[in-house]
Amino acid sequence: MYNQFHAVRLDYEKCKGCTNCIKRCPMEAIRVHDGKAQITQERCIDCGECIRVCQNHAKIALTDTMERLSTYKYRIALPAPAFFGQFKNNENIEDILNSFFHLGFDDVFEVALAAEVVASIVHKYLTAYKGEKPVFSSACPAVLRLMQIKFPELLGQVVPILTPMEVAARMAKEEAQKRTGLSQKDIGAFFISPCPAKVTETKNPISTKQSAVDGVIGANLIYKDIVKYLAKNHHETSPRLNKATSSGIGWGYITGESKSIGYGTSLAVSGIHNVISLLEEVERGELKDVDFMELQACTGGCVGGPLNIQNLFVGRVRLRHLIEKQTNQTSFYTDKELSDIYEKGTFKSTELIQPRTIMMLDDDVSRALEKMERIDQITNNLPGLDCGACGSPSCRALAEDIVRELALETDCVIKLREKVKMLAEEILDLARIIPPSMSDTSPKKEK
Amino acid sequence: MHERKDVVSSPCQPAANKPQLTLRFKIDEKDFLIAGESASKTKKALQQLGLKQEIVKNIAIIVYEAAMNIVIHSNHGEIKIIIAPNQVVVLSEDVGEGIPDIELAMKEGYSTAPNEVREMGFGAGMGLPNIKQCSNELDIKTTVGLGTTLRATIYLNPADTKQVETGTMYV
Ligand SMILES: Nc1ncnc2c1ncn2[C@@H]1O[C@H](COP(=O)(O)OP(=O)(O)OP(=O)(O)O)[C@@H](O)[C@H]1O
Ligand code: SF4
Ligand SMILES: [Mg+2]
Repeated sequence: MYNQFHAVRLDYEKCKGCTNCIKRCPMEAIRVHDGKAQITQERCIDCGECIRVCQNHAKIALTDTMERLSTYKYRIALPAPAFFGQFKNNENIEDILNSFFHLGFDDVFEVALAAEVVASIVHKYLTAYKGEKPVFSSACPAVLRLMQIKFPELLGQVVPILTPMEVAARMAKEEAQKRTGLSQKDIGAFFISPCPAKVTETKNPISTKQSAVDGVIGANLIYKDIVKYLAKNHHETSPRLNKATSSGIGWGYITGESKSIGYGTSLAVSGIHNVISLLEEVERGELKDVDFMELQACTGGCVGGPLNIQNLFVGRVRLRHLIEKQTNQTSFYTDKELSDIYEKGTFKSTELIQPRTIMMLDDDVSRALEKMERIDQITNNLPGLDCGACGSPSCRALAEDIVRELALETDCVIKLREKVKMLAEEILDLARIIPPSMSDTSPKKEK
Repeated sequence: MHERKDVVSSPCQPAANKPQLTLRFKIDEKDFLIAGESASKTKKALQQLGLKQEIVKNIAIIVYEAAMNIVIHSNHGEIKIIIAPNQVVVLSEDVGEGIPDIELAMKEGYSTAPNEVREMGFGAGMGLPNIKQCSNELDIKTTVGLGTTLRATIYLNPADTKQVETGTMYV
């Protein structure tokens, strides 16, 4: 049985069973039963679509709390590039970075800086690459999980390099170890995340054996404290904390990654449903002339992450302003250093991303065919309104659930009504029949 | 997006008591979206049946290219995907001009696609060669002025190549 951690959860108390989420889920992973939504864990890719669409705030992302910091002697914050776009009055990266020291962290390392390292590695990888095109970004874990299930034959084209988050954690910890002399286990790296899929990726990684990230703090959780701190204090620190340039910070929104890598023809697509239709095109052998494809599950890229505070467009424009104002334009690492990192292969993913065949109806093709035949028959018999009132996302999905023995035909309200109507008519018919003792057509009288 | 109702699937007469399933897609002239849609619906069904990735991919390509050819080169037609435990047959039948020289049409790069279609990015003359590459057997029958029937067979198990009943009506 599939039993792995997922960050996207249901808040049982808040769920009203409204069925809004079931149609939005790209994996048809949600059903509403007994008035509450249920996520089928093995289908969920943690894309967060359901969090965004739920008006009752019943879909939540399980992230770590600040209490977890106390389990480590030395705590490093790893803010995602998109995080800098969340602040209204303060548009100074230096101040934002500095505020982490006042919230219980001993150090801060920009994921944007690691993104620049990743960009350089990917550029070199693409230059040497001879295989099938396009090559896909590995940065968005929700997209990778989607590919495992729906596009397994494209997995070989995913760039085998760790994500900026993972690289940031490894670089930051190594630096801290050298500086403090502490052992690895005493140093905790905490990703400040716009995204539930990153939480899942650290607890249950698919492209590395073990994540170097020790905790994930939701951007929504830490936001208020930083705003409070910034409202009172404004001073730039020295030495400068902000080492990333606009190239790395640009990873916070869609197209930033492609620009940062700067290799050949690239295509950037955001929004999980758009990603799916694009991958379908690639699967049919189209778009072979594209060198690199940046795919992001959230519309707009990471600024559109469900744990962000700001509206995606606001976040994006703020991040753009920051980038335009960015005076720091020379890369922190030299070309030589970057080349060495590439040659050493330190940040290559150690695990091949494995396909997952979970959509199958049966292990045996003949039986699967019979089941599909039944699904067709049941679907044709259902009203075809796709109303969702049964708790399944469409009539066909209900038919599938019936065949998988997870639902009943009478879960369909219209079918149920038909049945009730039939029963009612039968009762009426029965009621009309007069018992022989009272009727005048009784055989006795006729005599 | 709203679900199209022109897609129906129904069980076919089983050949030798084996379960068999047919997916059908009606293809209308100038409906450039139907090809992609048919291919992705086919793919979803085949994945649910648990067919190998490689085979699913090949069949999706055949369906897409065959549907595209109906859209671009014929009046209208229908694509059936007949799935049996040992093989999948993609049967494309259309009413249209037909193909005067099949051998020529099969050549990579040969295309009679009109300019406006080329501007949309189609008409590279790669569709039929692609279909051939993705299938184990390919049979095209055509009557100029009437239409074309294309039958591509993919064996799921190379040892079992017994033909299934597809109820084809060659034009
Ligand atoms: N169903 C059909 N009816 C009539 N003619 C066809 C049909 N299918 C293919 N042809 C002819 O065969 C030629 C080659 O077909 P093929 O699919 O290989 O290339 P194409 O459709 O022109 O371009 P592409 O498939 O690369 O977009 C077509 O240009 C057309 O003249
Ligand atoms: S996170 Fe995405 S895949 Fe998971 S249940 Fe929600 S919408 Fe579906
Ligand atoms: Mg063609």
